[in-house]
Amino acid sequence: MTTEVVSEAEVKKEPEKADEQPAAPQQDAEQESEQPAAIQDGDTPRTASPQTDRKSKEARGLSRFLPPWLKRQKSQSRTEPSEDHEDKAPMEEQLEAPPPEEVSPQEAERDESHSIGSADTQPAKEEKGEEFPERIGDGKEEEDLLESKAGEKEDEPLKAEAEAEKSSLKPAKKMKTVTCQVTLLDGSLLPCEVEKRAKGIVLFVKVCEHLNLLEKDYFGLCYKDHADQKCWLDPAKEIKRQIRNCPWQFAFSVKFYPPDPSQLTEDITRYLLCLQLRQDIASGRLPCSFVTHSLLGSYTLQAEMGDHDPDACCLDYISEFQFAPSQSKEMEEKVVELYKTHRGMSPAQADAQFLENAKKLSMYGVDLHHAKDSEGVDIMLGVCANGLLIYKDRLRINRFAWPKILKISYKRSNFYIKIRPGEAEQFESSVGFKLPNHRAAKRLWKVCVEHHTFFRLVTPEQPPKARFLTLGSKFRYSGRTQAQTRQASTLIDRPAPHFERCSSKRLSRSLDGVPGLGMDDQAGATSLGRTPGEKNGRDPALELSSDSKSKLRVQGENIYVRHSNLMLEDLDKTQEDVLKHQASISELKRNFMESTPEPQPSQWDKRLTASPATSLRLRAQAAFEEEVPSSSLLSSTVACTTSVPAAEGAIAVGSPPAAAHVAEKALPRADGPAYSSNDVGKTAEDKQKSDTLEQAEVEIEETVVIKEVRKAPKVEVTVPEVVVTAVTEKEPEKKPGGEAEGRGGEGVTQRGSTSSDSHSESEDEAEYHPQAPSVSVDQIKELPEEEEELEVEAQPLEAEPTAASPCPTTEEQEPALKDEAQNGHPESQSPQGSVEEDEEDEGEPKLNGDASRAETEGFPQVICCSEPPVVKTEMVTISDTFAAQKTEISTLEVPIVHTETKTITYEAAQVDGAGDSEPGMLMTAQTITSESLCTTTTTHITKMLKGGVSETRIEKRIVISGDSDIDHDQALARAIKEAKEQHPDMSVTRVVVHKETEVMEEGKD
Amino acid sequence: MASFGNFTHAIVRGIPASLVQEALRSSLCQVDLVKAQHQLQLHIGTLKDELGLQVVELPADESLPDCVFVEDCAVVCGDTALITRPGAPSRRKETKAMKSALQELNFKIVEMKDDTATLDGGDVLFTGREFFVGLSKRTNHRGIEILAGAFKDYPVSTLPVFEGLHLKSFCSMAGPDLIAFGSSEPAQKTLKILQQTGDHHYKTLILPDDAAANCVFMNLSGKGQVLLHCTPEEYPNSAKVFERLTDHLLFPVPNSEMSKVDGGLSCCSVLISKTGS
Repeated sequence: MTTEVVSEAEVKKEPEKADEQPAAPQQDAEQESEQPAAIQDGDTPRTASPQTDRKSKEARGLSRFLPPWLKRQKSQSRTEPSEDHEDKAPMEEQLEAPPPEEVSPQEAERDESHSIGSADTQPAKEEKGEEFPERIGDGKEEEDLLESKAGEKEDEPLKAEAEAEKSSLKPAKKMKTVTCQVTLLDGSLLPCEVEKRAKGIVLFVKVCEHLNLLEKDYFGLCYKDHADQKCWLDPAKEIKRQIRNCPWQFAFSVKFYPPDPSQLTEDITRYLLCLQLRQDIASGRLPCSFVTHSLLGSYTLQAEMGDHDPDACCLDYISEFQFAPSQSKEMEEKVVELYKTHRGMSPAQADAQFLENAKKLSMYGVDLHHAKDSEGVDIMLGVCANGLLIYKDRLRINRFAWPKILKISYKRSNFYIKIRPGEAEQFESSVGFKLPNHRAAKRLWKVCVEHHTFFRLVTPEQPPKARFLTLGSKFRYSGRTQAQTRQASTLIDRPAPHFERCSSKRLSRSLDGVPGLGMDDQAGATSLGRTPGEKNGRDPALELSSDSKSKLRVQGENIYVRHSNLMLEDLDKTQEDVLKHQASISELKRNFMESTPEPQPSQWDKRLTASPATSLRLRAQAAFEEEVPSSSLLSSTVACTTSVPAAEGAIAVGSPPAAAHVAEKALPRADGPAYSSNDVGKTAEDKQKSDTLEQAEVEIEETVVIKEVRKAPKVEVTVPEVVVTAVTEKEPEKKPGGEAEGRGGEGVTQRGSTSSDSHSESEDEAEYHPQAPSVSVDQIKELPEEEEELEVEAQPLEAEPTAASPCPTTEEQEPALKDEAQNGHPESQSPQGSVEEDEEDEGEPKLNGDASRAETEGFPQVICCSEPPVVKTEMVTISDTFAAQKTEISTLEVPIVHTETKTITYEAAQVDGAGDSEPGMLMTAQTITSESLCTTTTTHITKMLKGGVSETRIEKRIVISGDSDIDHDQALARAIKEAKEQHPDMSVTRVVVHKETEVMEEGKD
Repeated sequence: MASFGNFTHAIVRGIPASLVQEALRSSLCQVDLVKAQHQLQLHIGTLKDELGLQVVELPADESLPDCVFVEDCAVVCGDTALITRPGAPSRRKETKAMKSALQELNFKIVEMKDDTATLDGGDVLFTGREFFVGLSKRTNHRGIEILAGAFKDYPVSTLPVFEGLHLKSFCSMAGPDLIAFGSSEPAQKTLKILQQTGDHHYKTLILPDDAAANCVFMNLSGKGQVLLHCTPEEYPNSAKVFERLTDHLLFPVPNSEMSKVDGGLSCCSVLISKTGS
């Protein structure tokens, strides 16, 4: 089938691109270096350029991965509408390099991807990379770079992605090398040459080789970011992209402290752990008592000095050792006293004894993070092998063991955990904490995810089949778990390597040079400021968005407070009270959730209407709208619809997809359905099983703040929705209506996915964890930092649009929806986002559209019910109450967050008559969620009878949460390909991408 | 951990006559001084004669009506003794004698010098693995912080005390990793939090009477697991629960008079292990 072929072609394409790359970048690099400002100028002219430009624009990013037939559609549709929006500067700005000549669709595609993708962005990258080596310590240039980069980024998120992809594809030979300075545990410096674009793993492996270390999974490399915060170098990602413009300096450190070091296989591993612990102790990070300091010190002496020599006067040299942050003569005497008793102990035995005592210390292996609780009280969150510990001052005030934690998430600077209900409890509770900033929240989240995976799971969570799930890999721990590394260690078959124990005397001196020791580092987080470059680099649009963001903020705050309240109540009230209270809160939440604002079509719609391509557009739009509600994510929505038929359809909106959500609906041919549905069903089951096995599902989404005020018209629409979403649950139902329009026959589509969580209280979370119904009750919504949704819908080529009667409603509704939406949305673009938000908050009717029920039953009719505003009002009230308390915090945050929302819809031309929507039978609404750290896949299968022909529609929704570093284009491409592979006899009819990005103060994480 | 409860010494103090009239109490019961002194003697006799501990007896001080409750004055763990700053101002001077007694036993003394800190030993539950300290009328956060600073090797968790004078008014250790807890609602709430917060999963022994959950556990070389607990006369139902413990050497110790002034069994002694380091 067409689709197959296409996807194949796509795959092949990648390498080619890589080869061709060099040319473009160089050019660009030149341009860029001339003047950052040029970029803007450059863009503008392009905007004006003819159709070709547009095409290229679309081609950028998503389109690159779409099959040719789709592309053609796109460009066509594009032509018309785009004329209307000349004024949409932001959108147009995206246009870039001149379009390649029209060759075969495929070729064209390829070209586009190069020229476009690389145009502006690439240069920046390039340049940056090249400058790095020299640049260390040279702030000025960096600033410039940042500026230019920031400028680009704002209007071109896609570019960034493209860039990311490109970089990964870059041929190695081109690379220059950089010398990294790695501080080893003994305090020595190891210079290491790596390619500029090398991934973290490369450096790590080099260091481990140097150390002759095999059990390396317990270790990692860390670096300090701008804010002097200790960050772990992700082995799977490029070093350069992680450290950004920080110096290439790293510290080799223990990342996972083995709870039982005696189970380590090799002495060298234990030795390195000892070195780390000695650092930890000397720095005060690992507090211990006088006796323990003395005892550990005595083992250190035994290991390094051998047996005590009665003739030598130890007290002379002993003070050169650091046994404690501050040590007294008395302690030194005690050390020597104990040291004498170790006679005959080998260094390895002394190390082992050292570890046996150190491992019992209360702060052993606890990674501390500063935070505030719901009341703004300073606390510390400690991540360790067993779970999450909450400290106030030095006292532990709570502890959440991994099995108790259902979900971990963060949203902006808030960090949430959802707690499994106790035996007597009915509801899960969620606890929220406030971190100094978004980065801190993300860092904590990552550490949690990694610790959970490493210590609690047997194998890292791995997306069973779907390779594209790994997109989010950024967030998930990619190394071996403790279980695996232990297993692997049993295979170690080498004579114990010889290594020299260097005196810790040196160690203590070198401490200063070691990045990232101690909690003090984290203290600095609060003061973290934006770099000047970032500030300057923002453009007006972004600034505006920050305003709108602030409103989002408020909502976020409310959530935060609410949940933390739950926690507090837990402690203070009797079980009954708690239950009652929670029930009422749940109800409130539910109400609140249900009062989803309806998606509002914006100028986009109008524009569409005006244009020839309107009809298609509308369909897309409808779908889009539905989509938004259903995916409660605060994401911007990008909808792409791909039609199977080669017929040229209209595809239009080009905005950057950040692949987050992929919903795929496929209507198999007559013979297809059984197969596919079964298949999917199985998968779902499997996945669910696996989920159950793992006690805690670590789910985390980063929320990328979003709100760039709309570049693409659609985006604008999205914005309001986004806001709403935060508050809302996802309502799957809406979709049906949209689809009916778009697809004609498929009115039935049910958004089953959401339904399972429909009650989840969390504002956005709905989509993520449909799978665990139990869990869903109170879910906190996490706004992924970046949420992208891709929806791919596949329709059978031969769908027969027999008008079976059932759902006239759908059609009728659609218009209604649109009207409402339109009314609600003024045309004003960017500013509007904020306005809309306000409106929503006030509980305007339009906002209250309730789509949720529809899902459950799969009937389109239900799709848009408006609920009385009252509910909302209630919620607002509550929120206000809490908000009042939180005012300070939110205020602080306001400037920090920028939100970008993008929506792209590609829709295939409709093969079947659009008019007849039949209510299909919902055969299955399976929600498969693989709780990989960053991705969630939801699959819904609907079967319906259309004029006697049975159609099966599969809708897949994939949520990928990850850093902007993720190459979303690639992710999307893989997702599409994956979908095709999984259901060869179905075709992809629609791809909707919602991208939600939150840009924190650093802006570019 | 293996040595948890392996006590060698006990510090006790006599009952001043002023206890009858002046000791702090939450109810209006009349204490029979003679009977109280008799019960204390039984208690001390058990420690000394039955269990073979070295008992340091501090003389009663008439100006300190509550001085018999030595537990509140010090927390001893490892080689360190924390001299507390009792929550009740009238009891602050009780620590003086305790401090010198512990100094004589060569403990590293840590004192609470902070005027804002308060802590009663009755709020400190040491499980052998970690500390739980009740935030009660007598103990505040700052006091617990100082305790945490004194015993850095161990996790220190705070627990809310919803009702009763001290944390150990309704709970105590009853065995290795076994915690006795009263069955009242406030006690159970605290238990839930303890279970969540603690590093270890402890077994629990639930007793019908909160006061009966205050018992004294030891793990003595030569004697094995020893438990001093309430008598059947005072708490018949709870006594039955204790009697079902098969691993323990049980010693019912009368405490009816002391309990009138909110004193539990554990309040009357500071148990010390001098074997280890």
